[in-house]
Amino acid sequence: MSLENLTKKFLEIAVQSAPPAPGPDTPAAEPQPLVVATQHAVKGYDLDVTVPPERVLDAARIMDEAAFMLESITGVDWLAEQQLEVVYDYTCLVSGARVTVRARVPRATPELPSIEALHPGANWHEREAHDFFGLIFTGHPGLIALLLPEDATFHPLLKDFSA
Amino acid sequence: MTQGTQSIHRETFVLNLGPQHPATHGVLRIKLTMDGEYIEDAEPVIGYGHRMQEKMGENRSYAKYLPNTARLDYVAAMFNTHGYVCAVERLAGIAVPERAEFIRVITAELNRVASHLLWVGAFLVDLGGFTPLLYTFDDREQILDLLEATTGARLTFCYYRFGGVCNDIDDDFVAGTRKFIAHLRSRMPMYHAFITKNIIFRKRCEEIAVISAETCRKFGATGPVIRGSGVAYDVRKLEPYSVYPRFNFNVPVYPEGDCMARYRVRMDEIEESLRILEQALDQLPGGPVMAEKVPRILKPAKGDCYFNVESARGTFGVRLVSDGTDKAYRLKLRSPCFSNLSLFQECSRGLLLPDALALLGSLDLVIPDIDR
Repeated sequence: MSLENLTKKFLEIAVQSAPPAPGPDTPAAEPQPLVVATQHAVKGYDLDVTVPPERVLDAARIMDEAAFMLESITGVDWLAEQQLEVVYDYTCLVSGARVTVRARVPRATPELPSIEALHPGANWHEREAHDFFGLIFTGHPGLIALLLPEDATFHPLLKDFSA
Repeated sequence: MTQGTQSIHRETFVLNLGPQHPATHGVLRIKLTMDGEYIEDAEPVIGYGHRMQEKMGENRSYAKYLPNTARLDYVAAMFNTHGYVCAVERLAGIAVPERAEFIRVITAELNRVASHLLWVGAFLVDLGGFTPLLYTFDDREQILDLLEATTGARLTFCYYRFGGVCNDIDDDFVAGTRKFIAHLRSRMPMYHAFITKNIIFRKRCEEIAVISAETCRKFGATGPVIRGSGVAYDVRKLEPYSVYPRFNFNVPVYPEGDCMARYRVRMDEIEESLRILEQALDQLPGGPVMAEKVPRILKPAKGDCYFNVESARGTFGVRLVSDGTDKAYRLKLRSPCFSNLSLFQECSRGLLLPDALALLGSLDLVIPDIDR
């Protein structure tokens, strides 16, 4: 599947960027969906997609149908914005194209659906992200500690964590 | 449970493989549910060697973290360092001199050969054959000697730096590498004669633990594992980095998906790496090995990037997020062994225990790379 076709499909589920505040002279601009084509040589990925957290499963389905491979799932803690960003990296085994799918969840309620049913490899990645960030992937068959001790109650990659 | 003969037949027991077991090559535990000699379920338990490498990458400067990267996959440490320095260079916009890129390819490919040689020996030990290990270690030793003279380390290389490499290679290294290429080429027929054609080895590997290409994709398995299932996925070809596009080399692919296919891929890769080495030595340009004006304290621009390298075990990826300070805001290390092991539970179901150990060996795991 070409990147143009993928872009079209992602546009249906992507989030809309916040419209710039209307000034006294300029009328309010239409919000734009966040699907950005990036330069592979600069960024290392070809498509940067931001979706609402409840749509990550739809994004995973688009990627699965296009025969992309899930490479990793990770989080980024944006403490100042009180948000956790979840980043999914997909790659195409034929062309080497790479798609980054992002979703942001509030730090207080870090919940989003598991994509384990579509990409079984996500099972471990989600457990790891749960360890490190306390992210809760609803629908995951066994969201227990993977790398941390089984009785760990801390999430070391949160920016306000200190040992 | 129902009574009668059925319940006797269905009786299972739990068997712990590891965390201290020679076949797991490190501190890996596998919780096996056995039905006699057959595996009903195999749950890998990992994390015994977890060091929170990603946090360490966030709480110290880029240069201070650099030596850590060699402690992930210590059998093929060059690739981890390569992925990390390339990601930082990409974000900081540092251009690497041509000669340094050649030296990186040469040392990385030497490391790949060393890693595959170690794997062949260790895999044969897993299968019950001890002798090949002594031969492969003998050959691997020569690579380690070559790399030691240039990099100062035998395993945990910290040779690549942001903007180049820390030490130029000399004539001895070039001559020694050429000699080694000829030497290993003369040894390959011997390896094929006493391993590839060995009837016991073939019976232990052929049609054992077949992994489909779709399973590899679903679990994110890369490297020789997916190429042994018929998919020509190689980062050096699909997302060319460094000076790899300048060299002629093939991506060995075997469609069978069994342990033998994964073995054959690695044996062919040794020969392809020798081809790359030969061409790189022939074309080796002069010039500096470090970029000029690399700031002592790196502060890459705000933003994120991803960088992938083809390590000896698969795709090693680095996702780097910078907030413009001298420390990474987020460093994600995508380990190839992590994803390769994740398919074990699925693929070992119904296998005989010795066959599952053949599968485990054929995945070529380095546990500290999984645990990070």
